[in-house]
Amino acid sequence: MENQTIISAQGVNFWYGDYHALRDISLDMEAHTVTAFIGPSGCGKSTFLRLLNRMNDLVDGARLEGRILIEGEDIYARGVMVDELRKRVGMVFQKPNPFPKTIFENIAYGLRVNGVRDKAFIESRVEESLKGAALWGEVKDKLKKPAFELSGGQQQRLCIARALAVQPSILLMDEPASALDPISTSKIEELIYELKTEYTIVIVTHNMQQAARVSDRTAFFYLGELIEYDETKKIFLNPEKAQTQNYITGRFG
Amino acid sequence: MVSGGVTSVTILLIVFFLFREGIGLFGSPAVEQGYVVAVNQENTVRDLSPVQLKDVFDSKIANWSQLGGADEPIVVFRLNDIEQYVSYEELGDELQFIPQCLSKIIAEHPGMIAFFPDTYLSPDFAGKLIDRRNITPGEFFLGDEWFPTATPAPLFGIVPLVTGTLWVSLAAILFALPLGMAVAIYMAELSNDKVRKILKPVIELLAGIPSVVYGFFGLVVIVPLIQRVFGLPVGETALAGSVILAIMALPTIITVAEDSIRNVPRSVREASLALGATQWQTIRRVVLPYSVSGIMAAVVLGIGRAIGETMAVLMVTGNSAIIPHGLLEPVRTIPATIAAELGEAPNGGVHYEALFLLGCILFVITLLISITAEMMAAGKPKQQI
Amino acid sequence: MSTLINTKYDRRKRRTQGIAFWVFRLMSLAVVAILVWILGFLVVKGIGVVNWEFLTSMPEDGMTKGGILPAIVGTLCLVAGSMVFAFPIGVMSGIYINEYAPNNWLVKFIRVMTNNLSSIPSIVFGLFGMALFVNTLGFGDSILAGSLTLGLLVLPVVIRTTEEALKAIDNSYRNASLALGATKLQTIRKVVLPMAFPNIITGLILSVGRVSGETAPILFTVAAYFLPKLPTSIFDQVMALPYHLYVLATSGTDIQASRPMAYGTALVLILIVLLINLLANGLRAWFGKKVKTN
Repeated sequence: MENQTIISAQGVNFWYGDYHALRDISLDMEAHTVTAFIGPSGCGKSTFLRLLNRMNDLVDGARLEGRILIEGEDIYARGVMVDELRKRVGMVFQKPNPFPKTIFENIAYGLRVNGVRDKAFIESRVEESLKGAALWGEVKDKLKKPAFELSGGQQQRLCIARALAVQPSILLMDEPASALDPISTSKIEELIYELKTEYTIVIVTHNMQQAARVSDRTAFFYLGELIEYDETKKIFLNPEKAQTQNYITGRFG
Repeated sequence: MVSGGVTSVTILLIVFFLFREGIGLFGSPAVEQGYVVAVNQENTVRDLSPVQLKDVFDSKIANWSQLGGADEPIVVFRLNDIEQYVSYEELGDELQFIPQCLSKIIAEHPGMIAFFPDTYLSPDFAGKLIDRRNITPGEFFLGDEWFPTATPAPLFGIVPLVTGTLWVSLAAILFALPLGMAVAIYMAELSNDKVRKILKPVIELLAGIPSVVYGFFGLVVIVPLIQRVFGLPVGETALAGSVILAIMALPTIITVAEDSIRNVPRSVREASLALGATQWQTIRRVVLPYSVSGIMAAVVLGIGRAIGETMAVLMVTGNSAIIPHGLLEPVRTIPATIAAELGEAPNGGVHYEALFLLGCILFVITLLISITAEMMAAGKPKQQI
Repeated sequence: MSTLINTKYDRRKRRTQGIAFWVFRLMSLAVVAILVWILGFLVVKGIGVVNWEFLTSMPEDGMTKGGILPAIVGTLCLVAGSMVFAFPIGVMSGIYINEYAPNNWLVKFIRVMTNNLSSIPSIVFGLFGMALFVNTLGFGDSILAGSLTLGLLVLPVVIRTTEEALKAIDNSYRNASLALGATKLQTIRKVVLPMAFPNIITGLILSVGRVSGETAPILFTVAAYFLPKLPTSIFDQVMALPYHLYVLATSGTDIQASRPMAYGTALVLILIVLLINLLANGLRAWFGKKVKTN
């Protein structure tokens, strides 16, 4: 399984109406790695992330050229069902967004909407996912409580657990710690490190230290273009492009 | 500065005037003003409720024993029965002896109950007057007969009107809710801008059509339709009212429900879709539970609109003041009663006061509904950070 | 590979969604159909009746022939009267609530009261108008009493549209004017009101629509069953279109013979509503291009 390409973007161009948001992006990501997308606001990094589970399908006037292959399959080909794709490619959002349900039902949601009725199976999967998101110890006695009663950091780990419950192979994270305090942030980062043994993780962040700490490879986006994509170490210590250098040293952005 | 409070002042004025006119009802005698009810001196019954009076004069009660008196058949006497008992000569040339004759007739008949103007009460009246008592709140709020023109005692029991109003309004909401929710979901979640540009004005127009036009449409289209479909003697039924009210409540339900569905944060929808849920699963399991308080507010406002609606209901429900047992019977609602009867009720009379009291009840009900809806709309689910 | 790939269930949930969405589409179509049905029916039945003569002559032969001129004139009088009363007060209230009032419990209370006032059934307004204007103040059944009653009825509409129109104006405009040394009153008169004007006018037009169709409030305050002459003072009774339709439909001397008159009156009422909505939407679109309000 080592060094196997799991996500492959080939010549991706993307428009919101007339706005050309992504220009000719090509990059490959390997299984069981953490890839970080960095770049200033509006550079297209989140847009690109959302292409990977077709979340932009909902936007009016969106148009895509090029191909995105996941596990070798073109996810924008005709006949691909988005709901099936999204089970393989999970997502965690910028702000914690639990459902107005109990903690237990939040995790079980992904199972229920996919036809699982077996109670024992659901219970074991809920526990497994909460453990996987390092939240089990904190919530195991209040699974019947509304999810809104958790703290922000706990809510975000709940959202990660919710994504894990569906057992995707890829986990997309859109600035998952940007709304959290430093302690919660470091918990999420530890979690990312642990999760990569089982999942392929793509994380968008505007926090460069975070990218440096958690990722194996880093892609730098600027004005809708992929400027540089390499080993994280290389990007931060010895970038090839001047723009990358300027950005990571904080000269703009 | 003062202008800011003009609405509050208006509400206070409405409260003051409605209650001032209405509350007098309980200070009014149960027997029609200017009239008396009299019985034989020997009769042990001294007090009769308006309902008993009506039953006596309708010959539904035929023996005093039914009213706690002696075993004696009841003989009902109205003023125009007088010639059966006395000759014209006895009444005098100018009918000046009516009081004496009345006194005599009542004295001669132990089972008689007589109803006549108090101007004919002679100073040495040989009968006994039934106690003049006032209409009680119990008779008004719990009475199950509304018969404002009954003699000698009009009946103002509002139970048939209240049940009629509730039947028609609740049935209307039952019809309107599925339709309204479907349109609200369609507009908020599925339709594109083009379709919305058609639907919005359609809903505005539905809201703009005057209720009397709805009533007319109901009268010439819905009523005959219902009569034919259900094979009824008359089509003017609670059902016709509900159907028209449902159409009239649609705009309220659609607008309020659509707003609350739109207010569900995009991120929550996306979270559901990202787990492989379909759009419909997302709507049913996340969006609707999230907006439930707004939807409840829509329902409550719709009911409020239906309860207060006057003209359309007046024109299609048949207006019979009996407690309904089904949607296919004619009913009469509170607002329709006011509209239909106030024109006939003499200013300041008992009937007039009773109708104003109905207005007070309507006012209180709709005020409560409006406040409930506001509280519901305010009770949105807690937002996350 | 996710263990939850269950093609059979996925197909089923997609089919469920397809069915649900079709139901919604059909129901939305049904609502459009209801409107088309009502409008279409009244237009078809009424179009043969409505002509110049119908609009400009008096009712004749127990209201089975002739026209509806007095009802049209009466409704116009009531619309004008109620607007003269409700518009200035409503706009001033809206300005006060949005521009002057401190954001405290009093304003919240006023706002709740405004909401509640708009939820009171129109028949209750009718009762109130009868008790206060007709009896207590002694106006009798008159244009004055009817207009005041209708004016109170639409007051919340005017207040709310004014408030919303003012709220839509960005505070930066106010601050810019104040920064140039203008007083608050000057700012409101010269900057805020002109910008809010289109939306306030739209509110006014919509309240005109509401007033011209209301029946219950005028039943006991002004409306005349049959009065084939035009009013000469504000203390006169008048006929009014909605009440006239009610009379023709339910209690005319010969209901079958007056049916065509009823269809014609209904059509005229519908046309007024259509016109009002068209005008309001047109104004909104037209001004929307000229003045950016939000």
